[in-house]
Amino acid sequence: MRHPSVLIFLSCLALFTVAVTVMAQAGMVSTSFVKTLGMTLCLCLVALAMDLIWGYAGILSLGHFAFFGLGGYMIGMWLMYARTEGIVVQSLAGSPLPATPEEIRQGIGTQIFGVVGGSDIPWVWSFAHSLPLQLLLVVLVPGLLALVFGWLAFRSRVTGVYLSILTQAMTLALALYLFQNDSGLRGNNGLSGLQNIPGVTAGQDRVSVWLLWASALALGLGYILCSIMVSGKFGSVIRAIRDDEQRVRFLGYPVEGYKLFVFTLTAIIAAIAGALYYPQAGIINPTELMPIASIYLAVWVAIGGRGRLYGAVIGAAVVSLLSSWFTGGRAPSIPLGFYTINWVDWWQVLLGLTFVLVTLLAPGGIGALFGRGR
Amino acid sequence: MRLLLSLLLLLASPVCAQQAAAVLEQNRALIEKPSRQTIGPVIDALAASGDPAAARILAAFEARNLGVREGDGAFVIVTQDGLTDLAGQPTDGEASVIRPNSGVRGVIAAALVRFQLADPDPERRMDVVAAIARNPDASHLEPLRAALAQTADPHLARLERLLTIRFDTDGEARVAAIEGFGSDMSLDLRAALNPLLATRREVNPEGGNIARELTPGSDLSRDEAYDLLVAKGIAPARLTREGAQAALVANIKDGQVAGIPVASLDTRDARDAAYGALEAAGTVPPAATEAEVDAALDAARIADVYQEPDAAVTDAARAALNGISTKVGAMQFADLTLDALSLASIYFLAAIGLAITFGVMRVINMAHGEFIMMGAYTGYAVQQVVTDYTLSILIALPLAFAVTFAAGVVMERLVIRHLYKRPLETLLATFGISIMLQQLAKNIFGTQARPLTAPGWLNGALSFNDIVSISYIRVAIFVLALLFLGIYLWIMRRTRLGLEVRAVQQNPSMAASMGISPGRINMLAFGLGSGIAGIAGVAIGLFAQVTSELGSQYIVQSFMTVVVGGVGNIWGTLAGAAMIGFLQKGIEWFNPSNTLAAQTYMILFIIIFIQFRPRGIIALKGRAAGD
Repeated sequence: MRHPSVLIFLSCLALFTVAVTVMAQAGMVSTSFVKTLGMTLCLCLVALAMDLIWGYAGILSLGHFAFFGLGGYMIGMWLMYARTEGIVVQSLAGSPLPATPEEIRQGIGTQIFGVVGGSDIPWVWSFAHSLPLQLLLVVLVPGLLALVFGWLAFRSRVTGVYLSILTQAMTLALALYLFQNDSGLRGNNGLSGLQNIPGVTAGQDRVSVWLLWASALALGLGYILCSIMVSGKFGSVIRAIRDDEQRVRFLGYPVEGYKLFVFTLTAIIAAIAGALYYPQAGIINPTELMPIASIYLAVWVAIGGRGRLYGAVIGAAVVSLLSSWFTGGRAPSIPLGFYTINWVDWWQVLLGLTFVLVTLLAPGGIGALFGRGR
Repeated sequence: MRLLLSLLLLLASPVCAQQAAAVLEQNRALIEKPSRQTIGPVIDALAASGDPAAARILAAFEARNLGVREGDGAFVIVTQDGLTDLAGQPTDGEASVIRPNSGVRGVIAAALVRFQLADPDPERRMDVVAAIARNPDASHLEPLRAALAQTADPHLARLERLLTIRFDTDGEARVAAIEGFGSDMSLDLRAALNPLLATRREVNPEGGNIARELTPGSDLSRDEAYDLLVAKGIAPARLTREGAQAALVANIKDGQVAGIPVASLDTRDARDAAYGALEAAGTVPPAATEAEVDAALDAARIADVYQEPDAAVTDAARAALNGISTKVGAMQFADLTLDALSLASIYFLAAIGLAITFGVMRVINMAHGEFIMMGAYTGYAVQQVVTDYTLSILIALPLAFAVTFAAGVVMERLVIRHLYKRPLETLLATFGISIMLQQLAKNIFGTQARPLTAPGWLNGALSFNDIVSISYIRVAIFVLALLFLGIYLWIMRRTRLGLEVRAVQQNPSMAASMGISPGRINMLAFGLGSGIAGIAGVAIGLFAQVTSELGSQYIVQSFMTVVVGGVGNIWGTLAGAAMIGFLQKGIEWFNPSNTLAAQTYMILFIIIFIQFRPRGIIALKGRAAGD
């Protein structure tokens, strides 16, 4: 390891995870807070992906939350299907004749799609009965989408802000599609009840710790993968593409291939992060895919510090935790005599202002406080 | 009764203008105890009297308001405020009301229609025509024809033909009436024709006006067809899945059905086999087999039969409706074009500010949508102070421009100026400003939608016929969009400012060496673009809900409008807005119920379009293209 920061980061992460586990066992932190921390780790992972594509390869994608959300939908389909299947089988067990497969499918369809006025199981749920297949889809669906979209975009040399607008349009189109009731994914109701893992009888307090460990593991692996990628020759090439794409192309590197690879890889990382996030969040709906979420992702990375992997992690962790602290109504209000600053109302203003100031005055973000120059 | 009638006519005819009161007096017995058989001649006599009070008397009689004054026994009309005499003058006293039964009231009502239709005042006549058109009845036909014989009112004639189509018993007259409408395609004609083509589904119809024969399997499913036969009672009910299951459950003995263990009955085939075994054992009655179902279906004839027995009428109605639907299709296309045009002008209006800030200056201003929102809220705030809507809109337009111009200038000086070399970061910084402004608007105006009311003269719609219409607000927005196109062209091509903006855009250092201050020009241009967004906000606020999220609904589409059209060219923005507007409406046409899908497919189309024309519809060439 050429970078001591990787080891430092991994030990911090391990220490954090163990500490939270011990405190959760001792009952010092609530289950919901353990979940919040686990979700934050997932957000750190997707911020890592964002840093790789934006901070290192210079592609400001405003659509990576689409991949995050798709990953969540893919795992959510299995969670919801398998759990509903359990419920249906249990309720049919009371009838005098043993249930036929058709009856079970009918029951599942009514349970899941009754809310959008249907009872047939749409084709997109074809693999929802099987965990391995659906896990494969977590990687395949966002990966293929990123591959096709990236191929189309990079091939016609859409760069810079145009690409940002195009990725934003992509996530908007996906969100609007999912909002329809006949999209087969329950329209604006989304998928719910995802916190109950089928076949697991342990309580939520245990499950939340397991998911925290899984998220920490994914974040650790993602961090190692990203740091390997950015430290070698590959890292030099994508940084060079960020700084002067034309020159790299003239030197004979297949710029489009590099960009496509990074775009697809980060999409897959984002999807995995999403697949770990939503079982902890418990619900996913198309609002999560609206362009604003992806822009916030860029905000975290910018505040944390682009071009530094730990910067992205710090930015995502600090901003998302602060955000939930402020908007959760737990931050104390500031009385000014003539007006009381209620943080639920003013946090967004503060965030926006911080963001403008960071962009203007400290382009390196928080991460720049730790490291030497790039 | 005939005798009585002629007798009365004899009495009435010598004095044509005999007063209505006298007629009532003569027929007092018949009126005080009215019956359906005897009231007709009295009404005829009233009609023949020619007294203008006759209609009022009949209306009061029908509404159970005609009374007899206690004491002198004079006929009076009871109103909410007291009694009036037959001429409508207030009078006093107590009266007992005459209560005709519903049969009598029906006769009176029919007579009343005749009175009102013969009314010399065309406006009052139109009221009756409208009332009949709303709630037509066969009994109206005769008075209508009678009235038509006296006056050649085209509205009366039209209503008469509509009623003929629906209620006349003579087929030829109805066909003539249908054909008489020619190229008419209004809603009431369609409402009269459509019920004629209503059908009901019959098995083995005897005679009747058959619309079409149905073949089980293609026109309707075999199950539906068989259900029809069962409902008609000419075929035994088929075994349903539920029935079979109930039979199996009823025959469970010691955990077995006909010797088959219950636990193994977990597939459809196993259950069918078990039922077969029960049949073989004679425990349950045999269910109809597929062959029997086939035979029953083959033997039966199923057809849709018109409710209307006369084939000539249905043929004429169908031909007329076919002709109408072709024309209606063309008109709907025209209407859709108008819709698309108005949507395009909304997009254009939202994007024209961006055409300056993004198109000319290449600044990605994510807060552009919030400038639109600020304009809309300015309009709302003005309306709180100035209550005259026309005046308030006239004040709001320049004020919105001033507010957003100032906001744009401040933003350019404080933030954007420092980021001209870093376009991606401009995007993020302006996004920060955008979420700030949104939250501030929420804190100031609350989260609920605020109304921005259009002045009265913008209410309503400009309608060309029943199908093609466009609301005046949308016309105003279209005009406003054209106006702004003109203003933009004038500023950019005819003024010093425009010249300097173009010079700074093409080569800042050369422009500076010619004495132009690039900083000042950038500031003014950005302010101008923001100001136009503010005015667009007032216009958009007139038809949309004013909320803090108003701007963010338009921001992605606005950028796409500029990108699709071609950056740096106002005609490109126009083309982009037209393309997006027409495309969205076009997709909605195929699937009218689903605007979400239309937006999805439109965005997908744009993403693919950009692949083939990365520089937009109208691409700049040469030096003006910049990068």
